[in-house]
Amino acid sequence: MSKGKLIFIGLGLYDEKDISLKGLEEIKHCDRVFAEFYTAKLVGTNLDKIEKIIGKKITVLSREETEKGDKILNSGEKENVAFLTCGDSMTATTHVDLRMRAIKLGVETRVIHGSSIVTAVSGLLGLQNYKFGRTTTLAYPEGDYFPTSPYEVIRDNKKIGLHTLVLLDIQADKNRYMTANDGINLLLQMGEKTKKNILNKDSIICVVARAGSDKPLVVAGTIKDLIGRDFGSPLHTIVVPGRLHFMEVEALEILAQLPAQQGKKIQKL
Amino acid sequence: MGRKEDNIAKAKDLMDKLNRIRNIGIAAHIDHGKTTFSDNLLAGCGMMSEELAGKQLVLDYEGQEQDRGITINTASASMVHTFEGKDYLINLLDTPGHVDFGGDVTRAMRAVDGCIVLVCAVEGAMPQTETVIRQAIREKVKPVLFINKVDRLINELKVTPEEMQQRFIKIISKYNDLLSKIVPEELKDKWAVKVEEGTVAFGSAYYNWAISASYMKKTGLSFKDIFEYCKNNDQKTLAKKSPIHEVVLDMVIYHLPSPAEAQKYRIPHIWRGDRESNLGKSMIECKENGPLALMVTKIIIDPHAGEIAIGRMYSGKIERGQEVYVIGMPNKNRVQQVNVMVAIDRIPVEYVSAGNIVAVTGIKDAIAGSTVTDDPEAEPFERIVHVSEPVVTVAVEAKSMKDLPKLIEVLRSISKADPSIQVSINQETGENLVSGMGELHLEITEYRIRNDHKLDIVCSEPIVVYRESIAKKSPQKFEGKSPNKHNRFYITVEPLPGNIVKALHDNEIPQNVKKYKNEAMKTLQELGLSKEEAKGVFAVHGMNMFADMTKGIQYLFETRELLKEAFVEVMKSGPTANEPCQGIFVKLVDAKLHEDAIHRGPAQVIPAARNAIYGSMTISEPTLLEPMQKVFISTPQELMGDASRELNQRRAEVKDMITEGDSINIDSKAPIAEMFGFASAIRSATGGRVLWNTENLGFEPIPKHLQDEVVKQIRERKGLKPEPNPASHYMD
Repeated sequence: MSKGKLIFIGLGLYDEKDISLKGLEEIKHCDRVFAEFYTAKLVGTNLDKIEKIIGKKITVLSREETEKGDKILNSGEKENVAFLTCGDSMTATTHVDLRMRAIKLGVETRVIHGSSIVTAVSGLLGLQNYKFGRTTTLAYPEGDYFPTSPYEVIRDNKKIGLHTLVLLDIQADKNRYMTANDGINLLLQMGEKTKKNILNKDSIICVVARAGSDKPLVVAGTIKDLIGRDFGSPLHTIVVPGRLHFMEVEALEILAQLPAQQGKKIQKL
Repeated sequence: MGRKEDNIAKAKDLMDKLNRIRNIGIAAHIDHGKTTFSDNLLAGCGMMSEELAGKQLVLDYEGQEQDRGITINTASASMVHTFEGKDYLINLLDTPGHVDFGGDVTRAMRAVDGCIVLVCAVEGAMPQTETVIRQAIREKVKPVLFINKVDRLINELKVTPEEMQQRFIKIISKYNDLLSKIVPEELKDKWAVKVEEGTVAFGSAYYNWAISASYMKKTGLSFKDIFEYCKNNDQKTLAKKSPIHEVVLDMVIYHLPSPAEAQKYRIPHIWRGDRESNLGKSMIECKENGPLALMVTKIIIDPHAGEIAIGRMYSGKIERGQEVYVIGMPNKNRVQQVNVMVAIDRIPVEYVSAGNIVAVTGIKDAIAGSTVTDDPEAEPFERIVHVSEPVVTVAVEAKSMKDLPKLIEVLRSISKADPSIQVSINQETGENLVSGMGELHLEITEYRIRNDHKLDIVCSEPIVVYRESIAKKSPQKFEGKSPNKHNRFYITVEPLPGNIVKALHDNEIPQNVKKYKNEAMKTLQELGLSKEEAKGVFAVHGMNMFADMTKGIQYLFETRELLKEAFVEVMKSGPTANEPCQGIFVKLVDAKLHEDAIHRGPAQVIPAARNAIYGSMTISEPTLLEPMQKVFISTPQELMGDASRELNQRRAEVKDMITEGDSINIDSKAPIAEMFGFASAIRSATGGRVLWNTENLGFEPIPKHLQDEVVKQIRERKGLKPEPNPASHYMD
C-alpha cells in the first residue's frame, strides 16, 4: 500500500460555490491539487476564484496529461492528492479509468460527489429522471468526419418512449463551446444524411443553458421556433423528449414556457 | 506575308477541322536526335530558316538546354503540312530524353494521340527506348518508328548496303519485340511497325533527309541510291529529293490517328467518368460545342506572361475571358490569353477548340495534371502516372535569412511547373527539401532557382530517399489504445503481393476506392485477393492498402475517415526512419469502441490506430528499401578494367556483358546512393571515352548488414534518437 491518497472531487455545475463542504474540507488536508477543465467548464467562475475559495494553488492538466495520468498517479503514490473536475467526477469515463489505475497501483481513492448536468437538466425541465434513455454527445464535424450515431441513439430511445439527453461538444483548448443552435442544426443534418426522419421542424425539443447559475435558461418548443433563438452564453444542453407523461407536459408548460397549444397537441397524440 | 505568317493563318483555319489535325510527340533515348529532328520538321514547314535547322535547336530554348546540349522541357509547336493536296495541322511536342526528366515525357504523352519513336541507327534500341514506348502505350498513344543517324552508319561505321539492311531489320524487330510485350492484345498487330506499310522511316535528322517505303514508291528512290548519296558526300541533294519533313509528316498524317479517331478509344482509357454523360459523349466524339474539358500537361513560367498552362483540349472550346474551374480547387479562374505555340512564339487566338494543343494564361490554380472544365463537379482525368518517383533529395537554404519567404514562394512555383519535383517545406525546422528524379534534375532545379528566380541559395549534398516496408506477416495482431483508453483497434500487417504493388504503381487500382468500389473490388480479386479482403479495402495510399476485415462492429463506420487519416499518416512516415512506406497491406481485424461519439473522436481514434499500425509493422521485420538504377555502360575493350572498377566500388551488380565489335556493353544495377559523382568519376577514369546512361529501377531492400547503420544515419539527420522505437512504445 502506498502512503498517498487520491480524492476525486466534483466541483458541481456553475461557479466556485458549487463545491460541497465535504469537498472543501478534504482539500485542506491535501498536499497537492490538480484539476482539469476540458471535459466541462465552470462558466460562472475562473481559476483565481476557485483557488481563493479552496486556499490552495491548482495545477491545471491538459487532456493529454489527464489521459496519460502519470502526473496525478505519481504524486498520488507519495502524498495526498485532490483531483478537481466539473460536475460529478465519475460521469466522465476517463476519470473512472484513472481511479482504477490508481487502485491497481495501491493508491487509496475516494469520490466526493458534485451536482451533475445529468440530473440538473431533467430537474430544471421537470422531466422524470426515470424516463431517460442513453445519453449522447454531438461532436463538431471535422472534414469528412461527421459521426451520426447520436441520431441513432435518439431514434432508439424514442422507439421505447424515452427522453434523450444530448450533450454538446466542448473544445476548451480552442475556446469553442457548441451552442444549442449548432446542435439542433447538426441533428437536422444527420437526419438528411441518414435519411431517417426522426426529427423535423415541428418536433418538440428542450434547451437548458447555464444550468446551476442564478438564472438558468430553460425552454421547450418546436425546432422551428427555437432554432433561431439566442440562448445566451454557454454551456448549453439539449433534450429530445420521448413519450411525455401528462405531468411532464404540465411541467414543460410551467417551467419551460412550452406554448399551451403545443402541450395540448402532445396530450392528444 | 512571309511563309511563317502564312502558316499561322492556315493553322488558325485548320483548328476546327478535326480530321486535319494530328497531335504527336517525339520521344527517344537521350542523344538519339529528337530536337534536331523536330527543328527540321519545323523548318521544312517554313517555321524557321532551313539553314539553321538542326543547328539552332529552336525547341531547346532554355539557356541550360543549349549549354548542356540536352532538352529539359517539353516544348510544343504547331505547323502546317500539305498531304495529297490537303493542308494538315500538326501539333508537335518535343520531349526530353534524359532519364531524370522522364516525368515530362509521361505528361506530354497525355496530350498527344500519336508519337514518333526515334532510334539511333548506330546504337540501336536502348533502355530508354523501351521506357518511352511504355510511356506511349500506357496513354494509348500510337507509336511509329524513325531510324535516325543513318549517315553515321554509312560514313563512320562504313557498313555495306547489306549490313545496313541487316541493322535496320535488327532494330525493327527489337522495336516490335519491345512493343508486343507491352501493347494490349487487340493492338498487337495493328501497332507493330512494318517497312512495307510505311510505318518505319529512315534518315538523318542532321542532314535533313529521310526515306520510307511509301516515299520510295512516290519518288523511285531506293536504299541503294541513298547509300550512294551518303557515300559520295552529297546528302544535300538527298535532302532536296527526299526532305525529312515531307517523308515524316506524310507518315504521321497517314498512319497516326486524328483527334476524332483517337479520342474514341483514348477517353475511356484516361477518364473514368460516365461515358454516357454529356461530357463523356462530347469527349469521345471530340465535340467543339460540348462542355469544356482541358487537360493541363505542363506549366511554363514566362518572365512576362507568368504561368502558362499548356494542355490538350478534349472537349468544347476555351476562349479569352471565359471563367473556368480547375477540378479540386474552390474558385473560378478567368482565362486571360489563349494561344497556339509555334516554337518559342505564342500566337494569340480568340479560342481553341477540342482536339488541339493550347497554351493558356490566367488559370492560376492549374498544375501539370489538372483538369480544367466549366463544371466544378465534373469527373477529372486520370492521374498521370510517371514510371518512376523522386529518388534524390537536397536541402535548400536561402543564403540570407531575409530571402526565406521568397525561397518558399519560388519552391512552390517550381514544383507547380515541374510536378516531378517534390518540395517539402517545414515551417518549424525551416528545412526545405527538394526531391527529384536524379542528380542532374536537381542541379538544373538549383540552376533555375539561381538564374531564373535570381535567388542566392545554399544546397546540401544530395541524399537518396528511402522507403519502408516489412518482410513478413505480423505474427499476431497488435493492439492500439486510444489516449482515453476507451477505444482499442487491433491491426495486422503483411507484405502486399508483388502484382498488386505493381498494379498500384501503374494506377490500375483507383486511389479513390470509396468512389470506385466495384471496379477496385473486381481488379483486386483478379489479382488474387479473397473476396473478403477485396471488399474490405477502404483506403489506398501510394503502394499500400488498408482493409477492414471486421464484421458487425457497431459505430465502426463512424471512425472510418479517422482510421484512414491514421493510415495515411503512417504510410507517409514509417516507424523505422520516418520514410514513406511501400508494399504494406494493413488489416483492421478487431475494434472495441466507446459508446458515445465524443469519446471516439479524432483525438482518440487517430493515435490509437496509428499506434496499432506502427506497432504491427515493428513486429513484422521492418525493412528499408533503397532506390536502384540500371547502369548501362559501353566501353572500349582496353578501358574495360577501369569501367568495371568504378562499378565495383559502388555496390553494383553486373548482370550482363556483351562484346560488340571492339567495345563492350556492361549491363548492371547499382544503388543510387552509391552513384553520386559517378559522371565525373568515370569521365576521369576513362578519359571520357566511355558512354553510359542510367535508368531508375524502383526500390529494393537494402542489404541486411547495412540497414542498421543507414537507419541510424537517417534518424540522426532528422534529429531523431538513433534507434527506432521498440514495439512496447506503441502499446500504451
